[in-house]
Amino acid sequence: MSKQLNVALIGNPNTGKTSVFNALTGLNQKVGNYPGITVEKKEGVCKLPRGVKAHILDLPGTYSLNASSLDENVVIELLLNKNDKDYPDVAVVVSDVENLKRNLLLFTQIKDLNIPTILVINMADRMSRKGISLDIPLLEKEFKTKIALISTRKNTGINELKELIISYKRIDTTPCLNTSEIDTDYFNGLRKAFPNQSLYKLWLVITQDVNFKNIDRKAIADATQFQTKSKSYLKRLQQKETIKRYQFINNALKKGQKIDLSSATDLRIKLDRILTHKVWGYFIFFAILLLIFQAIFDWSSVPQDWIEGTFASLSELTKNSLPAGAFTSLIAEGIIPGLSGIFIFIPQIAFLFLFISVLEESGYMSRVVFLLDRGMRRFGLSGKSVVPLISGTACAIPAIMATRNIESWKERLITILVTPFTTCSARLPVYAIIIALVIPDDRYLGLNAQALTLMMLYLIGFAAAIISAYILDRTLKIKSRSYFVIEMPSYKLPMFKNVAINVIEKTKSFVFGAGKIILAISIILWVLASVGINDSFKNADEIVTSAISQNGFNEIQEISFQNKITRFKNHLKEEAEIDQKELTTQEINAAVLQKTPEFKQAVIDDAVAASKLENSALGTVGKVIEPVIKPLGYDWKIGIALVSSFAAREVFIGTLATIYSVGSEGDDEEGNTITAKMQSEVHARSGKKVFTFATGISLLLFYAFAMQCMSTLAIVKKETNSWKWPILQLVTMSGIAYLASLIAYQFIK
Amino acid sequence: MKRTVANLERGERAIIKNVESDLVPLKLLEMGCLPGNEVQLLQVAPFNDPMYLDINGCHLAIRKETAAFIEIEEIA
Ligand SMILES: Nc1nc2c(ncn2[C@@H]2O[C@H](COP(=O)(O)OP(=O)(O)O)[C@@H](O)[C@H]2O)c(=O)[nH]1
Ligand SMILES: [Mg+2]
Repeated sequence: MSKQLNVALIGNPNTGKTSVFNALTGLNQKVGNYPGITVEKKEGVCKLPRGVKAHILDLPGTYSLNASSLDENVVIELLLNKNDKDYPDVAVVVSDVENLKRNLLLFTQIKDLNIPTILVINMADRMSRKGISLDIPLLEKEFKTKIALISTRKNTGINELKELIISYKRIDTTPCLNTSEIDTDYFNGLRKAFPNQSLYKLWLVITQDVNFKNIDRKAIADATQFQTKSKSYLKRLQQKETIKRYQFINNALKKGQKIDLSSATDLRIKLDRILTHKVWGYFIFFAILLLIFQAIFDWSSVPQDWIEGTFASLSELTKNSLPAGAFTSLIAEGIIPGLSGIFIFIPQIAFLFLFISVLEESGYMSRVVFLLDRGMRRFGLSGKSVVPLISGTACAIPAIMATRNIESWKERLITILVTPFTTCSARLPVYAIIIALVIPDDRYLGLNAQALTLMMLYLIGFAAAIISAYILDRTLKIKSRSYFVIEMPSYKLPMFKNVAINVIEKTKSFVFGAGKIILAISIILWVLASVGINDSFKNADEIVTSAISQNGFNEIQEISFQNKITRFKNHLKEEAEIDQKELTTQEINAAVLQKTPEFKQAVIDDAVAASKLENSALGTVGKVIEPVIKPLGYDWKIGIALVSSFAAREVFIGTLATIYSVGSEGDDEEGNTITAKMQSEVHARSGKKVFTFATGISLLLFYAFAMQCMSTLAIVKKETNSWKWPILQLVTMSGIAYLASLIAYQFIK
Repeated sequence: MKRTVANLERGERAIIKNVESDLVPLKLLEMGCLPGNEVQLLQVAPFNDPMYLDINGCHLAIRKETAAFIEIEEIA
């Protein structure tokens, strides 16, 4: 097999790199991260003619090789490092026919690195509307390269591009700009010092503040010593370089590009007049937000009910087809409900990413950033924090990654720190189940109380984010200039393929990520709950049985026993009604008497299981933490669920499901769903209900504030490059959660 | 008095005369904010901040404080 061909897609943001990538690779792609940093890395394979396979890399959007963000660093680190396994054999610079001039700046820079560079001019379908005509052969000569004029929307020119990629060896690699023209003295000095190196490369090494650890060490170390000039002098040279490049580009375009303004129609101006209007702009934005929430909370419920039903029958099926026992209940009552808790959120996550990617693709998101920048700045945030805060309602992880284009480090840091307060989808399963337990399904002023509570929780999360941003802004002593440059792309109809791929990829990674954690934690908990070291665990059977045979049932066991009888009686009556028979009291009593030993045994089994659980390794841990969480209104089982959900919030339900199923042997006909189990859970000593209104509110508040997500902490560590910030986040957020729950519980109870 | 982009009226056009290259991000220069190029103020958010500009055919928004570092002159 011949060596694989490495192709890198490079270009300004919004020129259609990802569309070209999707067109070349289809679903034949994978998304990962660059090691050490969390800039998204998209790779894929493309089959070229004549059996050649190309490895395609979709690099983050870059305006130039003078990097000013993490995203851009990735690009230049790759292009300067010949030893990187992804170092491109050929660079494909994607440009947008409407912004050709600006896009070509990056092209000239890449070309000057002596990498074979193909120029793709994308969005050819818009040329006639914009009155643009191009003389491709002439431009090819001017820029000394091969040009592919394509439209990913209309799917034209892709095959020509593939041909160009195959024959990349024929591409001229002479540079566009003679670097030494920028400042003859300075660059002649540089050339004398390093006669064998490319001048432009040296210049980049000197001016760029990137991580050079893998790159040609020796030469670079020497070159950075060569700096000798002040930073502001260097910056003036960079400005000069930029002007020179534009001269070259303008010169070429003057010959090869014609724009007939009279035939150009500009949708952008018309739309912007409304969408960025001082009043209507905000109005429309809030209307869109409402629509998003409507979709997430209302439209999603149909597929959600279906998913829930499917999992419930799956659980039932498992229970009926596997031999009864602890292992079956682990699967049927721990793992399946736990996974159901994840899958049920697929519709909501998908809707959210659908909206976010449509808003981004259409170009509208930039307008929102523009509208909100000033307001957000008051709280130490940037207009660009809007995207993370909105995405945070799906998941904090992509949201924190989306902060990367915030220029000011302080604004970016604050955004990262407060984003986890927004109500992510992982909180939803917890909220949903607790609300169903403790909030009545009544209407107030025509609004459903449960829905209202949920909305309040979203508002609380958002308020917490904004207020803590304000406090951080006042307290963090970080000097950073408030740069803010955002491009306002022209409006476009989103492409179905791009949106679909985005939604599928994001949803998939949510499901697998969370699914793995839930599976692991359910198993660990189950094992911990099934082993014990002390005698009360080992001899639970005898201890409990003998206690009952000596003293009879205690109060709670008696209640449970009576409940079983009542339920059985009701059951009998119902059956009789269906068969249209009359039952006499005597008949009923006889039936009950016959069943009594069975019921007694069930109560004893339950008591044994409960005692075992209490004395298991898990129970011991629970008892240790109980004093800490008791003031919040929780028992030790909730405590365990709380601790395990520090790994990920959505584990809460699965944990309770696992604990409750280990803790009771009998399976009552009516007590199967997790909600019903929580409903009937009582305190071991007092016999009072565990999930009261006070405990419920306290739990809701705890989940609203606490930092319970390892993956988020890991991403914060990566993005801020220090343990300080994630630890600060963990400690303060959990502290706030504890206090809020404490106050709420003590007041309400 | 020196006029800068921050003083532009909505819809007004001007020519960029000088850019304080130390105080303006390089990215802005690279997007075409260079002496001699034309600039037009398209839209402003409340309090004139940020400002939505068309610089040399490139549409972008910047904050007022940055706009104040870009000196302009009337179109000849
Ligand atoms: N009209 C038109 N729009 C396109 C074409 N290719 C991409 N787009 C749109 O341009 C926008 C940016 O595309 P994307 O691939 O995300 O660009 P990236 O930021 O460079 O990865 C999206 O709204 C696409 O739908 C094209 O050939 N024609
Ligand atoms: Mg992209």
